[in-house]
Amino acid sequence: MNMLMNLLQQANVLQTQPAPPAALPDPPKVPESPLFWMPNSASEFSGEIDTLFDFLLWISTISLIAIAAAMIYFCVKYRATSREANEAAESQVDHSNTLEVTWSVIPLFVVIAVFVAGFKQYVDLRTPPRTAYEVHATGQRWKWNFEYPEGLSHPELHVPIGRNVRIMIQSVDVLHALFIPEFRVKMDAVPGRYTELWFKATKEGTFPIYCAEYCGTAHSDMLARVVVHSPEAFQAWVAEEIRKIESMPLVDLGALTYNQSGCATCHSLDGSTKVGPTFKGLFGKQEKLIGLGSLAVDENYLRESILEPQSKIVEGFPPSMPTFKGQLSDRRISGLIEYIKTIK
Amino acid sequence: MTSPSATADVLASPSEQSGDNYLTHEKGIASWLLTLDHKRIGVMYLMCVLGAFLLGGVFALLVRTELFTPGRTIVDHDTYNQLFTLHGAVMVFLVIIPGIPAALGNFVLPLQLGAKDVAFPRLNLASWYLWVIGALFMVASLVTNAADTGWTFYTPYSTVTTTSVIPALFGAFILGFSSIFTGMNFITTMHKLRPPGMTWFRMPLFLWALYSTAVIQVLATPVLAITLLMLIVERVVGIGIFDPALGGDPVLFQHFFWFYSHPAVYIMIVPAFGVVSEIIPCFSRKRIFGYKFIALSSVAIAILGFLVWGHHMFTSGQSVVAATIFSAITFLIAIPTAIKVFNWVTTMYKGRIHLDTPMLYALFFLWVFTIGGLTGVFLGTMSVDIHLHDTYFVVAHFHYVMMGGSITAFLGGMHYWWPKMTGRMYDEKLGRIGCAILFIGLNLTFFPQFILGTRGMPRRYYNYLEEFQGLHQLSTIGAFTMGIAFLITAVYLLGSLKKGKPAPANPWGANTLEWLTPSPPAYYNFHNPPEVTGGPYDYADWVYDARVGGYERKATRDR
Repeated sequence: MNMLMNLLQQANVLQTQPAPPAALPDPPKVPESPLFWMPNSASEFSGEIDTLFDFLLWISTISLIAIAAAMIYFCVKYRATSREANEAAESQVDHSNTLEVTWSVIPLFVVIAVFVAGFKQYVDLRTPPRTAYEVHATGQRWKWNFEYPEGLSHPELHVPIGRNVRIMIQSVDVLHALFIPEFRVKMDAVPGRYTELWFKATKEGTFPIYCAEYCGTAHSDMLARVVVHSPEAFQAWVAEEIRKIESMPLVDLGALTYNQSGCATCHSLDGSTKVGPTFKGLFGKQEKLIGLGSLAVDENYLRESILEPQSKIVEGFPPSMPTFKGQLSDRRISGLIEYIKTIK
Repeated sequence: MTSPSATADVLASPSEQSGDNYLTHEKGIASWLLTLDHKRIGVMYLMCVLGAFLLGGVFALLVRTELFTPGRTIVDHDTYNQLFTLHGAVMVFLVIIPGIPAALGNFVLPLQLGAKDVAFPRLNLASWYLWVIGALFMVASLVTNAADTGWTFYTPYSTVTTTSVIPALFGAFILGFSSIFTGMNFITTMHKLRPPGMTWFRMPLFLWALYSTAVIQVLATPVLAITLLMLIVERVVGIGIFDPALGGDPVLFQHFFWFYSHPAVYIMIVPAFGVVSEIIPCFSRKRIFGYKFIALSSVAIAILGFLVWGHHMFTSGQSVVAATIFSAITFLIAIPTAIKVFNWVTTMYKGRIHLDTPMLYALFFLWVFTIGGLTGVFLGTMSVDIHLHDTYFVVAHFHYVMMGGSITAFLGGMHYWWPKMTGRMYDEKLGRIGCAILFIGLNLTFFPQFILGTRGMPRRYYNYLEEFQGLHQLSTIGAFTMGIAFLITAVYLLGSLKKGKPAPANPWGANTLEWLTPSPPAYYNFHNPPEVTGGPYDYADWVYDARVGGYERKATRDR
């Protein structure tokens, strides 16, 4: 039987998993919460959800104590002295429609109220306002990446306080879930589709982000941070991060751009042919162009190909590359060129 | 429901007079492995289920030990993921689903019907063999490269992981058939083999519970089988039902999976309701309160249970409308569940309560199941669930229901019917001590997990932030406390087989038909089918007789 199993195993199209990362160098901290059950309340609707949670907690505690008290009271009051005594029960009453209706209808009203409250909040949670600051979140074993509209890509989620933020969530491999306890929000990342969540942060600080949907080996290490800034500080943070990127050595910036801007989808680094020519050994190579003879790949040709990709097409490839004019800064283009030079 | 429930002289069978019983009727391993006797099959199921419970329990203790500290305590990431997967799969598929219906139910059901066996004895044996084969596949996964998908097998992870998912899936697939066969057998038996005078509303509530369970087993389990097959095909040839790259949808798998696995929750808990409904009136010496409400609420739960699967998916990206409908129906289930609890507690009112071990387990059940049920309301509330979903709150909730509800009732039932099954009494004092330690251990293990969950600790985490360590350590200590309780229980139960006092026919003074047979019952159960003229919970006719250490019918004594 085991042999059969092994055969079946080998028949699988197995994808190799990335190696698990080493222990977390710098795990996020959970800030001290004034609440016993819940973490800090740091978004606009976390307070409302806590109120409903507290209501449920009270109702449950009262019900539990009432049931347990009745149980214990009956056990003490009606305890039989011994089997030998053969005592009969004081009463054999075995039904009461009044009681049955009472204890069906009262809980029914309670659960209807709870359902309606939960429903209203859920609709709010699932309906982002029309004007919101949009950030794309991508889950990948085992890291989160956040793309900001300013052209910044960062492993941490930074948001301004008091502004509606909508997160578009996607996954590149298996299921993940973006979970920010302090905001009381959670949404699965599903490969092949977008999901979304939104919040309005009400408290400045740094809070943990977890992956809440099991995703394999290092699921429990797939942590990130959300940092809530004042609006000014947020703008400053974005500007600073962009400046940092802009002041990177050109080659590093090129490598970053290659991964972030989609170059990798069509241009391989290892010589294999994807949609476009590989970057391996590209610089200095003689390329045959459709209808234009041939030329040696140099800086100007690469720059032209990024900005006006249709002007000189290499033979054997479709004219399908979009222009990056206006999307990549001059510095990033130079970075890409320097990076391509290093791929030999 | 006031007259005596069964006429006498059903016992005067020749085999009984010679001291022959189902354990001694035939000898040798083959007489067990080829038996068609429901009692022996029940006992074989019980041994297998308890063996699997030991295995799943060891996995649980390894998981809890690893979680004693953040980072590595005893094993690495991947081993931990395999351990929690195996713990879940073994406990769900090999222990809780067959626990009460297949082990206790097989033994008790025909006896409670005054029948000689189930309707299809060969099918009954076949379902035991399927259980064994399914269990072997699970073990095959364990010894090759144990699956690490979690017991839920969510795609696309389950189609890309390199571990032995297929044997585990195939095992669950086969176990599903075992469950379907048992369900069909029980339904037929209850329709066709009820004795003269036993109307539907004179059936013991344990049988009502088994009936409701069997209906779910027969209707829901095929969907699991199809789902698991599709997943196997997806893994082997990549047809793309669940793979977005090929136009499939991973969320579709969750719909399929929970379409079975939510009703399966009721396969696990409804039989427990049945056991508790037998124990509480018997040890209160009082007719059960609201018989019809308890009976029909099982049916209501079984039906509604089919319509709530989407409440496992409030954060999956399913539409708001779908989530709303699932949430609304989920809340409806709270009502029949609450009705049961209220009726059980009211049964004790003005009774004469004997706090023997089975009753302690029933009271234990009421406490933990109430907590499990009430925390279910938190999770059914959509907005609150967004925060609590996939955290330790969920882990605590379903352990309170599955471990606290199903396993506790299973233990209660095992202690209740142990004298009938084995013909021996166990040590009552140790029974109570074991029960008390288990109660402490269970609450110590799982209550801190509610707090972990609300504070944001996600489930299935190998590492965790330092802030959570204290609560995790309490939980681990609780788990080992439970381990001690189970050890004590195993020791005195096994001890009773050798040294226990011989059990009387009716040690607890119950009035269902199984207690009319001697302990252990004769091979053919009843010489003549007993005629039922009253309800199953009329105890007035039974009188304790210290000489036999059990109850005797007034009529028999006076004769």
